[in-house]
Parts: sequence; structure tokens; C-alpha cells
Amino acid sequence: MAAFLARRLLGTSTSSSATLISASRAFFSSTTPIKATLFPGDGIGPEIAESVKQVFTAADVAIEWDEHYVSTEVDPRTNSFLTWESLQSVLDNKVGLKGPMATPIGKGHRSLNLTLRKELNLYANVRPCYSLPGYKTRYDDVDLITIRENTEGEYSGLEHQVVKGVVESIKIITRKASMRVAEYAFLYAKTHGRTKVSAIHKANIMQKTDGLFLQCCDEVAEKYPEIEYEKVVIDNCCMMLVKNPALFDVLVMPNLYGDIISDLCAGLVGGLGLTPSCNIGEDGIALAEAVHGSAPDIAGKNLANPTALLLSGVMMLRHLKLNKQAEQIHSAIINTIAEGKYRTADLGGTSTTTEFTKAICDHL
Amino acid sequence: MSRRQSLSLLKNLGRFTTQTRSVTYMPRPGDGKPRPVTLIPGDGVGPLVTNAVEQVMEAMHAPVYFEPFDVHGDMKSLPEGLLESIKKNKVCLKGGLKTPVGGGVSSLNVNLRKELDLFASLVNCFNLPGLASRHENVDIVVIRENTEGEYAGLEHEVVPGVVESLKVITKFCSERIAKYAFEYAYLNNRKKVTAVHKANIMKLADGLFLESCQEVAKKYPSIAYNEIIVDNCCMQLVARPEQFDVMVTPNLYGNLVANTAAGIAGGTGVMPGGNVGAEYAVFEQGASAGNVGKDTTEEQKNANPVALLLSSAMMLRHLQFPSFADRLETAVKRVIAGGKCRTEDLGGKSTTQEVVDAVISNLN
Repeated sequence: MAAFLARRLLGTSTSSSATLISASRAFFSSTTPIKATLFPGDGIGPEIAESVKQVFTAADVAIEWDEHYVSTEVDPRTNSFLTWESLQSVLDNKVGLKGPMATPIGKGHRSLNLTLRKELNLYANVRPCYSLPGYKTRYDDVDLITIRENTEGEYSGLEHQVVKGVVESIKIITRKASMRVAEYAFLYAKTHGRTKVSAIHKANIMQKTDGLFLQCCDEVAEKYPEIEYEKVVIDNCCMMLVKNPALFDVLVMPNLYGDIISDLCAGLVGGLGLTPSCNIGEDGIALAEAVHGSAPDIAGKNLANPTALLLSGVMMLRHLKLNKQAEQIHSAIINTIAEGKYRTADLGGTSTTTEFTKAICDHL
Repeated sequence: MSRRQSLSLLKNLGRFTTQTRSVTYMPRPGDGKPRPVTLIPGDGVGPLVTNAVEQVMEAMHAPVYFEPFDVHGDMKSLPEGLLESIKKNKVCLKGGLKTPVGGGVSSLNVNLRKELDLFASLVNCFNLPGLASRHENVDIVVIRENTEGEYAGLEHEVVPGVVESLKVITKFCSERIAKYAFEYAYLNNRKKVTAVHKANIMKLADGLFLESCQEVAKKYPSIAYNEIIVDNCCMQLVARPEQFDVMVTPNLYGNLVANTAAGIAGGTGVMPGGNVGAEYAVFEQGASAGNVGKDTTEEQKNANPVALLLSSAMMLRHLQFPSFADRLETAVKRVIAGGKCRTEDLGGKSTTQEVVDAVISNLN
């Protein structure tokens, strides 16, 4: 645990080619609070969002939250339940934190996740998966990051019935999207002190599509000679992950493989309730989110585990280069869970959300 | 004798020195005539492991003889005479064929399956007694559609930098794989079939696959049927694999799920499997990841022959030689349970030949 915390500290202290927005924020330092959009979401969302606000205040993080809720009617300007104002807020603030949103069933509107992804042009999904010291799963030495291309690939949504009983679904890979995500993956590896990037593919079968993705990764890899680069076929990758996850460091993949592998990795460390995630968009937009569900059965009962949303908040802080506070909060969370005295029900303990939050604040 | 009976036989070995005999298989006169089986040694470690099978068959005096064919993964097409041989013999045993990555040569493994219409690929992933792994109580059979889906091989470049790949799902293929899966479950006394899909995103394609599974499920009311989304499935496999029994999947997901399941149960070096169609069957190492091995494995001659030996036992049962199949499986399981003779991938130091000798000496 000490080794991996040290690695994070060393990694985050290297400077990087930051975006203009982050640079200007750093210049203004902690006196001007940074505005960030907060989508508490549904179900347990508001409780865990409250948790995040408390911890951030206790850690003196200079963030001003701009809260937005999902409305109950479809906004015709966005064709979804997210209002135009909500989307504009993220576009203006450039950074946001999102809780779980239950997608309303029905037709005539876009899904919430799809709306966010398209309007904010979120092209990469970053999910760090590491074993939490103190929370034992069958795997103790997991420390990897999955970076998934988020806009195209198999999820382009282009399907049609050719004749009755024959359906085609089109998978699209473009040089532009593949280069974008490959650049981000290597940049992330460099700025976080990671030593290896693995590109996951099935180019022996899908020679042109995954072949193009690999080509783009190859080109970007040449620009970062200090980072080790390898290519792994996806079936081999799945097998190696479940046998020995310590073999991997940063993984970069197209959409479908990314979906499957990132959930597999979340399973290795304890599930979606503990996994943070961050979506990166053009112009330096970052929307951190908790990927678990809204758990309507425990909503409002003060039983929810805020870890996923808190760790996502930490990712958001690192994106804003507020590394000192990010590290403080991160250590506090890890130590609270490692200690074992205060744990929520899903981790096998009996604490409430508020007790757990208070324990984290005490550890700061 | 079923696998369970042969395992309890293993437990009884300590107490009795003679085997209890039962007459359960009554052959037709002339069934004992030696059967020809096409043999493809293949690339990399392929020849090493197929040779292992030849030696063991010889030691058992099994009524099979092999017709070898020289095939390599970088050949442009299957050699003359190979397909005729398989069509005459109906059964083939195969080592791995290494497909060059991104290289414009279409996979010969895939070609062989398409030419012979081997529409079902089967992998049996189970814990071997004596072989430690992180997960217990794993006994999963993954049945994967082998001819269409993402591996249809239909790709083209639309404009430079934009590539499309077509995933084709047809009612015909989905129905026959669903029928095979339920029939397999029925004939092998399996209790549950799970369909793996991503129909929340690929609504038409995977939706058609699911529909076919649901229709076939109605005809087998005694077999439980459920559906699971592929990313959740991978997460569940690493968390609680004991919940799965038989799984039926389209092409790509089947590849990933089979390799993940093989990894959690002990590795691809020990899982048996094969491909079967209406008229022909090709037996090979179950899960395909790395089945041509690394160069070092080939040089040091320590490839694991267990997977192919267990697959050849499946082949013997398919050819209706059940007692030879049982003897082979018992011998292999004794060697693994003994723990002394294992190749590098299982944590041991033996060579392939040493394992083969151990298996031969353990044959009744």
C-alpha cells in the first residue's frame, strides 16, 4: 500500500502539458473558488453527494458547487430529461461530478448518458481500479487504469434489418477518435507516472477496424519512448487479468472491449460500488461519475456507500491539479476503509453514510 | 461413467485396488474397428501437444489412427486434401494455428470453421482437483456461436481514416446455437442455461439473438433459463462463478467469456473443448488465448498437454469409445491431483514429455 501511494505522489508531482483552462486556474490558486457542476442524481444520489460536499469542505477544497437536478419533463431543446441549463453549466465550468441517474423508461427522448456524451463530446472514459487495502477480495495486487474510447466502435447505434431474420450492426472506427483516445492514454500515463500502456484489440480477426486502432496507438507510442508499449489480444487479456492482474498498468481500448474489461476490472477489486470513473471531453472537460446504480431500495435510509462518488471527486480534483487536497482526501478514504471500524453495509460493516463520512473527515 | 462418477472413483482408489466394473456400453458388432482421425499439428507448440496425444493413444491401444496434415497459420488457404480428409473421417484433432496480426491473411482457424460449418464452439471450464485457483466450485460450459456475429469478416474502408466492420446476426444461426445449447444441457444433465448479450445497446442484433434463445427455452421447461449483460457477466464471473452452468453466447462475447472462465478455473492450459457442426467435429484446446504458446515454451518443450488430452477424451466419447475416454481422463486427473508433474503454466517445472510419461504410467 505504501508503495502504490508513493507511486501516486511521485506521479502527480510531475508537470504536464496542461490545458489552458487548468493552467489559468492554477495561476489563480486557492483564493478564487472553482465552479463545478454537481448532478446529485436519483435514489441514493443526493445522500452521497452530500457526503462529498462535507468531505470537500472539511478538506478546505475551494470548490463552489453548481447543483443541477434531472427534471421530470423532457426538455425539447435537448430532447431529454436533462435541461439545456444543466448542459450549459458543464460546458461553462468545464468540470463536473455526477451521481447515479435512473434512466426513465419510455420513448421519444434520448437516454441521459447518451445526451451527456454527445453534447459534451466525452470521448474517453477513465477508470482506475486498485485493490483497496483493508477490503479483501480474491485479488490483492490490482493497480491498473482502463481507458476506453467512448464515442464510436460497436456502440455507434447503427443497426438495421436487412431482410427478415438477418440483422446487421455496424462497428465504426475512425482515425480521429482512435488518435484522440490514444493521445489521452499516453498523456495520462505520463502525467500519472505510469510505466506501461497496453493496447487491447482483436486485430487478428477484425483486421481493418482494430488494425486502424492499433496503428493509431503505434504512432502515439513512438512519441513517448519512455513509456513501455505492448499490444494484447483481448481474449489473452481477459485470461491474464483473471490470472495475474499485476501484469497490467494502463489499458487503452475501443468502446466494446473497454466496456467489458473495465467492468471485469471493477469486479476484481470489489464491484462498481467502490470504483471511480471520469469522462474526458474536448476542450479539457472532465465529468467524474459514480458508475453504480441509484439503489432505490436503500434511498433515503442513510445506508449508502459514498466511496465511489468520493473517489470520483478525487479524480476530478487531480484533473484540476489540486493534487495536495486530492491526496489528502484519498488517503483519508483509504485509511478509513483499511481501519475497518467504520464501514457501510455493502462492505460488511454497520455504519451509516453519515458515520462513514465523519470518519473520513476525522482522518483528514 | 459420468465425470462425477469417475471423480468419486478417484476418491475410492485409496481404499480399493480393483476397479468396480459395470457394463453400461453395449457396442454394435464392428464398432471396435479403428477409426481414422484427421490430425493438424499446427504452429508453435501445436506439434508438441498433438504428439503427446498420439503417444497416449498408442499406449492405450485406442482404436483410432491419425492422418496428419501440415497446416500453418500463414498459409493463404487451407491445403489440398485437408477438407476431403475431414469430410471423410468426420472428426479432426487440431493444435493451434497462429494467425498473423493485422496482416491481410484471414484466419485459417475461422476459415476451417466456416468451411465445415462448425457452428458451435464448446469450452468446459472446471476446477481440477489438486490444482489451486482463486475460485472454487467452477463448472461452466461456454457454448459460443462460431460462424457469424462480429467475425463475419466484412470490413471496408469508407474513406481514408474511417473503417466499418459489419456484425451480422441471423435468426437461423441464433436458433441453431440456442437449440444446441439446450440440447447439450439436456443430454448432460445440466440445470441452467444463461444467455450472454448486450441487447440494451445493440437492440436489433443481440435482441434477435435473445429472442431465439427465449423461444428455444420454452421447449425445455425443466432447464432454467436466464439472461445477463456481457459486462455484468464478466464481473460476476470474477466474483461468484458458481452461479453459472451452461452459457450460450454470440461469437465475440463467447471468446471473452470462455477465456475469462478458463482463467478463473485454472488457465487455458487445462480446459478441454471443441467445435462441432451438424456433420463434423474438430477437437482442440478449449480456450484459444495463446494456444500457440510463447517461443520459450516451444524451445523448452514445456507446453501443457492437459487441455488437448482432455479434448481428445471428449473426442473418444464423441466416437463412442467411452471406456477409453474415462481411462484417459482418470489418468490425467490423477497426474494433476498428484501435484508433482506439472508444466510451467501451472507453476511446475516438468516438460511436456514428462507429463505424457506420467499420464501413460497412470493408465489402468
